[in-house]
Amino acid sequence: MSMRVDLLVVGAGPAGLLAAATAAEAGRSVCLVDDNPSAGGQIWRSGIAEQNPEGLRLLRRLEAARAGMRFGWRAVAAPSSRVLRLEQSGQFADVEYSAIILATGARERFLPFPGWTLPGVYGAGGLQAFVKSGFDIRGKRVVVAGTGPLLLAVAAHLREAGARIVSVVEQAPLARLARFSLGLLRGQIGKLIEGAGYALHTAGIPYRTGAWVTSASGGERLENVTIRSGSRILEVPCDMLAIGYHLAPNTELPQLLDCDLHAGYVRVDELQQTSVSGIYCAGELTGIGGVDKAKVEGRIAALAACGQADRAKSLFRDRDRHRRFARHLDAAFALRDELRGLAMGSTLVCRCEDVPYDALAECGSWREAKLHTRCGMGPCQGRICAPAAEFLFGWKPPAPRPPLFPARVETLAHSTDRTA
Amino acid sequence: MPSGINELSQFISITLDGRQIEVAAGSTVAAAILQAGVKSRTSVCGEPRQPLCGMGICYECRAQIDGRMHQRTCQIVCHAGMEIVTG
Repeated sequence: MSMRVDLLVVGAGPAGLLAAATAAEAGRSVCLVDDNPSAGGQIWRSGIAEQNPEGLRLLRRLEAARAGMRFGWRAVAAPSSRVLRLEQSGQFADVEYSAIILATGARERFLPFPGWTLPGVYGAGGLQAFVKSGFDIRGKRVVVAGTGPLLLAVAAHLREAGARIVSVVEQAPLARLARFSLGLLRGQIGKLIEGAGYALHTAGIPYRTGAWVTSASGGERLENVTIRSGSRILEVPCDMLAIGYHLAPNTELPQLLDCDLHAGYVRVDELQQTSVSGIYCAGELTGIGGVDKAKVEGRIAALAACGQADRAKSLFRDRDRHRRFARHLDAAFALRDELRGLAMGSTLVCRCEDVPYDALAECGSWREAKLHTRCGMGPCQGRICAPAAEFLFGWKPPAPRPPLFPARVETLAHSTDRTA
Repeated sequence: MPSGINELSQFISITLDGRQIEVAAGSTVAAAILQAGVKSRTSVCGEPRQPLCGMGICYECRAQIDGRMHQRTCQIVCHAGMEIVTG
């Protein structure tokens, strides 16, 4: 099965939805694909009984403009130039495109600490996603920890869903967060954080800054977390820990397509075009800046890909403001050095292959670690452990190789089936 | 109340490790596993694991669904009569 479009958009979060709608309404043939079973990305993820209104409006626009949509399909390989191979449980499809917009978003960054593999320890955004997809956490005692603006939003959402939030634990020191003042918190992210912070404050839930979880413990599952807060050590009984250390961009697909990175993000010009002609990036891939940045970048990328650069120019000022905000976010929530000391010798760093910290500490590079310990060679292909290893050991993450996700042999063996 | 579940939610029946359970229609398989309080998989060293990232990245949630091995349960919505086997 294969198809040909003017524009292929990968990722149906805010950036991808805006990009696809903008291009489809400009009369281009568009295909929008996403690995998730429905559109919205992480921020506009629909609950099982309700859809995000903004995401829904964009879906309607896409339907009206007759854009093609494939949800539950993931990009696994690029079998030839300007062809992307997608896979969905047992079947594959090639999409040939004239231009492509990559809007694959970001994942949570996880740092290893004793007990982080225990059942009951989840990503912060992860637990929020599970609750939206049907996990009932009413009455559960939850500690929300890590770093980033997401923590407050997650805590407020979990509380609304009936959880008892025991504490919100933010590693960034208060002084740095204060400099990242409310003056910078413009747009939807600002409103979200302000609203969430207010809701937690009024509910009497402590927001500890300059504090971090040093370990999680329990028998079969999580029973207790240990928190360092200044010079104090706190033992906190809880049912769940929702933890994430800000976000890491999903750069695997842009890297597979030979796009240059800069400081961990995909390098783009003012029209969102990458170092490769005809390949554009929008959203978290170019800097973690949230939904407003993603939306305007998606629109710019689509207008540029449609040959309407003049119309895109009117959006530059708005976009540049959000880019500055993204840089402030990175600085405000930079990881403190003490977090490098959390993992003990026996603490697993690679969860797929169960590789402990000790085994990695003997290696000098990611390549050596792969060869000697199988670190990063499991099914997640280093997506979880590589950002951790980069922080712990300063290793540059590996260049991705196809398939980007574990795929069926039939999918990989098939030669390109061009329709054009 | 979880944002997804309300009085109007429909429930469907699935089989998890041979046991029949009810889940809210629209739930992902990962949510069903967490709700049942079981592990999704056993690690190479024998540790029980549960879903972690919720967005199809970490592969900790993988289990067997309708006979198909290693499915990422956080990316798949339950259907009536679905058979899930955790490892």
